[in-house]
Amino acid sequence: MKKWLGIGLTAAAFAAALLAPWLAPHDPLAADFAQGLRPPGTPGHPLGTDQLGRDLLARVLYGARLALFIGACTVLITAVVGGFLGLVAGFVERWPSTVLMRIADVQLSFPFILLAMTINAIVGLGLRNIILSLSAAGWVVYARVVRGEVLSVKQRDYVQAAAALGTGRARLLFRHVLPNVAPSIIVVASLQFSSFIVAEAAISFLGFGIQPPTPAWGSMLSESRDFLYFAWWLAAFPGAALALTALGVNLLGDWLRDTLDPKLRV
Amino acid sequence: MRAYVLSRLGQTALVVFLSLTAVFAMVRLSGDPVLLFMPMDIQAKDVNEFRQRLGFNDPLPVQYGRFLAGAVRGDFGESLRYKQDALGLVLERLPATLLLAGASLLLTVGIALPLGVLSAVRRNSLLDHVGTVATVLGQATPGFWLGLMLIFVFSVKLRWLPTGGTGSLAHLAMPAVVLAAFFAARIARLTRSAVLDALGEDYVLTARAKGLGEGRVVGKHTLRNSAIPIVTLAGLEAGQLLGGAVITETIFAWPGLGRLTVQALLNRDFPVVLAAVFLVSVMYTLINLLVDLLYGWLDPRVRLR
Repeated sequence: MKKWLGIGLTAAAFAAALLAPWLAPHDPLAADFAQGLRPPGTPGHPLGTDQLGRDLLARVLYGARLALFIGACTVLITAVVGGFLGLVAGFVERWPSTVLMRIADVQLSFPFILLAMTINAIVGLGLRNIILSLSAAGWVVYARVVRGEVLSVKQRDYVQAAAALGTGRARLLFRHVLPNVAPSIIVVASLQFSSFIVAEAAISFLGFGIQPPTPAWGSMLSESRDFLYFAWWLAAFPGAALALTALGVNLLGDWLRDTLDPKLRV
Repeated sequence: MRAYVLSRLGQTALVVFLSLTAVFAMVRLSGDPVLLFMPMDIQAKDVNEFRQRLGFNDPLPVQYGRFLAGAVRGDFGESLRYKQDALGLVLERLPATLLLAGASLLLTVGIALPLGVLSAVRRNSLLDHVGTVATVLGQATPGFWLGLMLIFVFSVKLRWLPTGGTGSLAHLAMPAVVLAAFFAARIARLTRSAVLDALGEDYVLTARAKGLGEGRVVGKHTLRNSAIPIVTLAGLEAGQLLGGAVITETIFAWPGLGRLTVQALLNRDFPVVLAAVFLVSVMYTLINLLVDLLYGWLDPRVRLR
């Protein structure tokens, strides 16, 4: 049940993102002032239109594109960087490990959203910068989890045996340790994916991320606030798309954890 | 015990020092700080005067030294917008945020704990299933969307509650619920699994075997033993609660620390940003210290050193 709902919702979100140009009835940026603020069910505009007469369905579909693209890039960057740092820190111990964990402590002593937002306020807004700021704020979780796993895996007999046979450190790390911590990396990545998507929307909502008129769910919700009194659909649909995507990915992540790594606490 | 608390306080100081340094470095390395501090339509003459006045013509280490010397005394400079001491401004807004966070914490404890415990004790009952669905949905629903929908239902349609601002219990209701929702969902899920774990232990079997009533088995033997993971999560989430306050306060125009920080970031009022970073990291590390001290009290087997 959990598994299928998770897979179904996630697949639907990815399908919407990939097929947006074909599924969308209109150009998401094309304004038509004569058709402004039409309610859902208007012929030609199944989800209605916004204040500029842009088709809401098209904007929600294209929003999925942006959300999933940002989520995927961020998860990839944080998994590679955080995973690598965690591997090295756990394997080498000594000072790199200490330094890394201190940095992680400092970073975790700060709310994730606030950190990413501060970075955006300083380095600038836009697609590339929001991916960078989310990555800079998010790698810590992998580094911590992977380091912990490596510390236990490297004590196991097969690693000790490989080391006793004279296997080089790099080979030991990538052939014997990495495959055994990979499930944790995958589980953390799937659980992080939805929090990155929600964080991006929150940051865009507050005005530090993707800027209008680009159809991002967060900035659409932010714009919808001015019309809440007479156009509920502008807030309802982008938010529902965001919540359902987050729900699907969360369920998928839970299921992956139950199957791959039931003991992992994230 | 005293040595432990002292060394932890030392660590707190280190963490605060490092986070201030990080933000200072980010602000300085991201280009001309003066332009960052100034409105977009500034004249070149004013920029130079401003630069001189704020000491940006000095070498970077000197500026850093001056910044740290100020920070130690709680002096982060004057807010560029409000022309008022930055830390004072931040502290002025703190009570509103604490009130909001406190109300959400009360809601969380009042709803999530009983729900989690009951779901575990009556596993697979209707309550358990409803609770599971509610917590999964609660975790996936972004706070700012929940906030907008609540405003639509309770302010626009029903006209029961004000859309924002502060002053009465009615003003507090929606922000507190929105801030509590995510937090409560996580705590309820964790409570359920922690209580289920504890219920499977031998000492629970013993307690039941000696004829103890179910109320005491759960209330005394199980809850106390499942408290540690719950308290850990609550401590970890406290920092994220402050992050959540940023969004919630913005939606409901709640005059707290979070909204002030967002506005300071939007206005490039960096003295206020630095003061807010300082206060948030101090509070967060102190909360975690409290959590660790709680362990010793909850579980005498834990030795702090």
